[in-house]
Amino acid sequence: MATAVSDPAPHLAVPASMAQVGKLTRYQLREYLRSRRYVALSAIVLVIGAILTFVVAHFRGSIVSTSLAFYGSFWGAGADIVIVLAAVFFGGDAIAGEFQNKTGYFLMGLPLRRSTVYIGKFIAAFLASVSMMVLFLAILVLNGAYYFGTGLLPWQLGISLVLAIVYLVAVLGATFLFSSLFKTSAYGFVLTAILFLFGFSLLQDLVADLVKIEPWMIISYAESAIGQVFSASPNWGITGTAVTTTVGMGRFMVTTTTYTAGIAEAVVIMIGYFLVTAAAGLWLFEREEFS
Amino acid sequence: MVGPSLEARGLTKRFGRFTALDGLNLKLEGTKCVGFLGPNGAGKTTTLKLLTDMIFPTAGGTWINGTSVQEHRKRALADTGVLIETPEIYPSLTPNEALGMVADLRGVPASERKHRVETVLAEVKMSDWANQKYGRMSKGMKQRINIAAALVHDPQILILDEPSTGLDPRGVAEVRAIVRALKNSQRLIFMSSHILSEVVDVCDEVALIDRGHLLFYDTLPNVISRFGGAHASVDVQFSRPLPPDAVSRTIPGIPGVKNCQQLDARRLRIQFQGGLDAQEKLAEALVGQHLGLVSFSESESALEEVYLSQISRGD
Repeated sequence: MATAVSDPAPHLAVPASMAQVGKLTRYQLREYLRSRRYVALSAIVLVIGAILTFVVAHFRGSIVSTSLAFYGSFWGAGADIVIVLAAVFFGGDAIAGEFQNKTGYFLMGLPLRRSTVYIGKFIAAFLASVSMMVLFLAILVLNGAYYFGTGLLPWQLGISLVLAIVYLVAVLGATFLFSSLFKTSAYGFVLTAILFLFGFSLLQDLVADLVKIEPWMIISYAESAIGQVFSASPNWGITGTAVTTTVGMGRFMVTTTTYTAGIAEAVVIMIGYFLVTAAAGLWLFEREEFS
Repeated sequence: MVGPSLEARGLTKRFGRFTALDGLNLKLEGTKCVGFLGPNGAGKTTTLKLLTDMIFPTAGGTWINGTSVQEHRKRALADTGVLIETPEIYPSLTPNEALGMVADLRGVPASERKHRVETVLAEVKMSDWANQKYGRMSKGMKQRINIAAALVHDPQILILDEPSTGLDPRGVAEVRAIVRALKNSQRLIFMSSHILSEVVDVCDEVALIDRGHLLFYDTLPNVISRFGGAHASVDVQFSRPLPPDAVSRTIPGIPGVKNCQQLDARRLRIQFQGGLDAQEKLAEALVGQHLGLVSFSESESALEEVYLSQISRGD
């Protein structure tokens, strides 16, 4: 069997790492946009939007009393879950999948730094997740237009959107870290979903109620800022507020303290989470062997 | 000008208590095809992964064209095509897109990219599948795309890890034909295999590894003459049935020939003494006999004998 092949070309100049990040992001994003998981998550976001639309239409009342109350309720109720689901869908197996699906053996034979692969995949997961947020936002704005006309959106929505994007970056940072810990995709998916859907909230309550300190070290504590900007008097500060309530229960008096993060504090927590988890995830990936 | 090179110096790799490689020293230089032989678990794939920075050495290091793989992976792998462990490409990409991505990441100029992708897809006979999804392809087709991906930037060096493993007979033959063709194109090819016929068929040199130790590295005839007892062996084929006296007198009378075994009417296995020089003289003598010589190749059984004797020595 005769097979003709060409002689090797002169040495090629491999693109700079930053350029390779851009290229890798483009191809990874294309892979996400064509995947079944993208279609599935789009459907889930549409379902979440439909449920909220129904709830608002059915109960109305105080929810649509003002545009601020409406946007605060709708966005506050749905944005965080959309963010967590997007992070799970696009980041849960971003690194673990390279080992499990053997795509890493394809990428690692190329003249790329491992950090290039990590950053490229992170940006692609971020962009795919943002597209889900945009879909949810579109449902929100359509509802808002129905109840309040097509006038100006409240400026608080813009701030909340920025906070949601910062939260997404933090959640993705943690998701990529979990994904780097394992060589099996399912573990990354499950750990991210459990922690962000209820694990961190549970920890936050335990820290606040049992240890009686401000749970600034828990990411879900910072997430509350996304909804807080719609409140009548948001705390823009770098320190949280604590409200202590004492309730009588028969012969016992139960005292609970509720902490609320300042918005600036929440941003610092989210950025801190991202920096620590991204650095740890990258450190792990740099040392992970394709054995 | 110094040709392409691959080098392992004091290469040691331990997985927990298991030592997969123990101080391996190996230097390949020039344009040729080197077979990397060894039983399962000998350390072949471990060596190739260390050469491509997929795993990290416990001690020692690897160099490609003089560049440390561990210190400068990007530069070291720039002119190298790699196929290790039957990798998977993102399933939604088509071969055109996947190879375009590789070419893009490797720095193939945009103006040449389309042509290069088309060329390598033609080389691996996958042009008709250029726009089908990779995820829907058979294992053999995927492997051909993987070979194309390793070739898309025209590398000087190719590192192939058992490229025909898991393929059906047709796939094996096709992959072997591709590697044989690559061998004639001024490249250094380092190919692991445990299929001896594949190594005999396509390789110029052979390195044998067992339990993390390099047992030998030399040209195929030299290996057979050094380790295969006193005699090397070649299989020859003729275009017409051989006259009886050719088998009984003429060929055994060629200087250096020690034994001549008729395999069938047109095929012989000839044992002879010496290395490459003796082999060359034998080939010339056979051509000079005007017996219709059409094929002359290392005997697979000779390499098999060497392989088994060297491997069993370590048991």
